[in-house]
Amino acid sequence: MRTLSKIIKYQLNDVFRSKWVVVYTAFFFLISYGLLTFSHDSSKVLVSLLNVIIIVIPLISIVFGTIFLYNNKNAITFLLSQPVERKLLYIGLYLGLIIPLTLSFIIGTIIPVIIFFKVFNENFTTFLLLIGAGIFLTMIFGGIAFLISTYNEDRLRGLGISIFTWLLLSALYDGIVLLLLQVFQEYPLEKVSIALSILNPVDLARIIVILKFDVSALMGYTGAVFQNFFSGGLGFIIASSALLIWIILPLFMGMRKFIKKDF
Amino acid sequence: MININRLVKNYGRFEVLKNIDLSIEKGKINYIVGPNGSGKSTLIKIILGLVKPTGGEVFIGEHKINSDSDYRSKIGYMPQAASFPENLKVREVIEMVKDLRNHKSDFDLDLTEKFRLEREMRKKLCDLSGGTRQKVNAAIAFMFNPELLILDEPTAGLDPVSSSILKDKIIKERNAGKTIILTSHILSELEELADNVIFLLEGRIYFYGTLSKLILTTEQKNLERAIASIMNGAPV
Repeated sequence: MRTLSKIIKYQLNDVFRSKWVVVYTAFFFLISYGLLTFSHDSSKVLVSLLNVIIIVIPLISIVFGTIFLYNNKNAITFLLSQPVERKLLYIGLYLGLIIPLTLSFIIGTIIPVIIFFKVFNENFTTFLLLIGAGIFLTMIFGGIAFLISTYNEDRLRGLGISIFTWLLLSALYDGIVLLLLQVFQEYPLEKVSIALSILNPVDLARIIVILKFDVSALMGYTGAVFQNFFSGGLGFIIASSALLIWIILPLFMGMRKFIKKDF
Repeated sequence: MININRLVKNYGRFEVLKNIDLSIEKGKINYIVGPNGSGKSTLIKIILGLVKPTGGEVFIGEHKINSDSDYRSKIGYMPQAASFPENLKVREVIEMVKDLRNHKSDFDLDLTEKFRLEREMRKKLCDLSGGTRQKVNAAIAFMFNPELLILDEPTAGLDPVSSSILKDKIIKERNAGKTIILTSHILSELEELADNVIFLLEGRIYFYGTLSKLILTTEQKNLERAIASIMNGAPV
C-alpha cells in the first residue's frame, strides 16, 4: 500500500502541473456557469448538464486515458526498472489519471452551483447524483482507455479503437437498441430494454439520473417499468453492480495484460 | 553474479534470443557487443524484468527472476534515452526514486557533483537538454550503490568531458567490486573499459571472454578486425 500511495503522489504531482487539467476544469466551469446564467430553472439546467456530461466525460476520459499511457511509455519503463510491482504501478497510473480528471469535473461544475445555490434548493440530491454519474463514467472510460492502450502497441490504432468505442457506447448503441425495439415491437420488450440499458454504462448513467426527474410519466409504459425497476431496491443494486463491474472488469483485464507485457 | 540458462525469447514467430547460456562474473566490466537487432537490449531487459522470457531462467546471485520486483533494488539501470515524468523537477525525480527504492541513507553523490547537477535541480525534466537528461539518468543509476549496474549505451549523447567522467566512475565502481554490464557501439570505449566481451549475433552468443582472448582466437591484429571477422562468420 505504501508503494501505491507513493506512485499516486508522484503521478498527481506530474499530472496536476499539465495544462489540460486547467482546460478541463475551465470547460466544466463555463458550461455550468453558462447554463445557470441562461436559466434559473434547476431541472432544465440539470438535464442540459446531464447531456453534456454523458457525451463529454466518456470522450475525454477515453481519449486522455489512451494518450496518457502512450505518452508515458518511457517513464513507465523507467519506473518498472525500479523495485516497483507492475500491478501497483498500473493501479497507481490509473488513479493518477482518474483523480485529477474527477476533481477537475467536480470543481468546474460545482463552483457555479455554489454561486447560484438558491436555484438548487429543490434538486440538490439530483445534482449530487449527476456528479456521481460523472465520477462513474470517468472511472469506467479511464479503465477502458487503459485496457485499449495496454493491448495495442500502435498509438494510432489504439486511439482509433478508443474513439470507436466511445462512438459505439454513446451513439451507435442507442441506434441499435431502437432498431431492435422497432423490429420486435410486437413482443413485450420492457425487460429486454432494461437489460440492454444495463449493458451500456452511458445509458445506465443517463437513466439513473433521468428517473430522478418527474419525466418518467412522459415516457409512457416503458418509463413506468424503468421507474419501477430502478427505484426498487433490487433494481438499484443491479444498476450499481453493473456500474461497478464496468469499472472493475476493464481495469482487471488491462492489469493482467500489463503484468505479462514486454516493455 | 548472473547465471543465464537456456534463455529463449520470441516476439511472435521472430526468435530474438536463441537458447542462451551465460555466466557473468562478479566484479567485472562486461561489454555486450553486436550489430543492431542482435538481441542486446532484449537480453538486458530480461535481466531487469522488463521483458518476459519465452523460455529458460535467469539467476542474479541465488535469486531466480520471476515476476517479483524487490531484486531490482540491487540494480542500477541507465537506459539509452531515459524518460521521466515530464512535469517533475530533477530534484523531485531523484526524491521519487529514493522513495520508491526505500533507500534512506548512504547515497553516492559522486556523479551529481561532478556533472554539476546541483544547478539543474529546480528545472523541470521537460526543460532539460538531451545531454543533461542523460547526466541525470547516470547520476540516478549510480546513486544507490547497487551491486549490479546495467548501462545501455551510457556515453551516447554526452559531451567528451562528461563521457570521461562517467567512464572514470565506471572503472571506480568496478574496482570497488561492482558488476557492470554495458552495451556500446564505440570500440575505443570497449578497449578502454572492457574486462570481458559478450558477442551477440542473431540471438546467439558467439564469444564470451577477455579482450585479449578475442583477438587471439580470431587471429586478428586489433579489436576492430577481430569483431569484423566474427561478424563475417569466423569460427570462435
